[in-house]
Amino acid sequence: MSKLTLMTEGDKHVVVTRRFAAAPEAVYRAQTAPKLIQKWMLGPDGWTMPVCVCEARPGGKIRYEWADGKGGGFYLTGEFVELVPFSRIVHVERMHLPDPCPDNHVETRFERDADDDANDTARCPNAGGHAGERHGTRDGSELRPARGHGLSIQASAQRMGSQQC
Amino acid sequence: MPNLDAAFSALADPTRRAILARLALGEATVMEIAEPFSMTQPGVSRHLKVLEEAGLIVRRIEGTKRPCRLAPSAISEIDRWLDKLRQALAKNYDRLDDVLAGMQSKKRKGRR
Repeated sequence: MSKLTLMTEGDKHVVVTRRFAAAPEAVYRAQTAPKLIQKWMLGPDGWTMPVCVCEARPGGKIRYEWADGKGGGFYLTGEFVELVPFSRIVHVERMHLPDPCPDNHVETRFERDADDDANDTARCPNAGGHAGERHGTRDGSELRPARGHGLSIQASAQRMGSQQC
Repeated sequence: MPNLDAAFSALADPTRRAILARLALGEATVMEIAEPFSMTQPGVSRHLKVLEEAGLIVRRIEGTKRPCRLAPSAISEIDRWLDKLRQALAKNYDRLDDVLAGMQSKKRKGRR
């Protein structure tokens, strides 16, 4: 579970990478199931996401609404472009503050660590989450111009890690 | 913070960013700053004015010269602001760690 890294690629791309102690399947689910998204995609302390629409299919709508509990808030809308279960999500999104910012194009990749043995989880069900277990997930994001205009985020990818018992 | 709008607007120009990069090496006069750019001194002076008004550089008077240097406090204010974003993003993923751990233990319970 490395801390996240933020790297720029040229002037307009940002790549975010993060590893998680879980399988790519789980990280993918946590990124596409509204009930799970509402538990973590909250930004600074004190914020909640009272509305979470996430239709995880090509053309499906995204709408996240955040609230600070003091009457403040903002929202994001988007559309899914492509989904490859447990491995890749491409979507477009924009913040409304309340005026919409230019579209961000985001590609999220979920990848298992190279040294991971996918079967380990099944073989050692008791090791979960403890010291003997290492799972990683990587998250990549980049910003690139949306149709030659504005910025677009690209990619949050998750790569799944390894496990040793 | 002096003025984030002015600071980011000043930074939104590649020549001004190059000037700041030059000043990161130390104090310089307008002539020294203008040297690597195919730009007239008045052109550079205009950029310096924008940077000064945004609080990113300070200038002192030395005879007829007005050497410029970075205003480190303004730079660190920008950095602090960016760091807030970085922290918020990091916090999301720390929370996601907990969600994933919860999913895992639930699954394990289900198996029993």
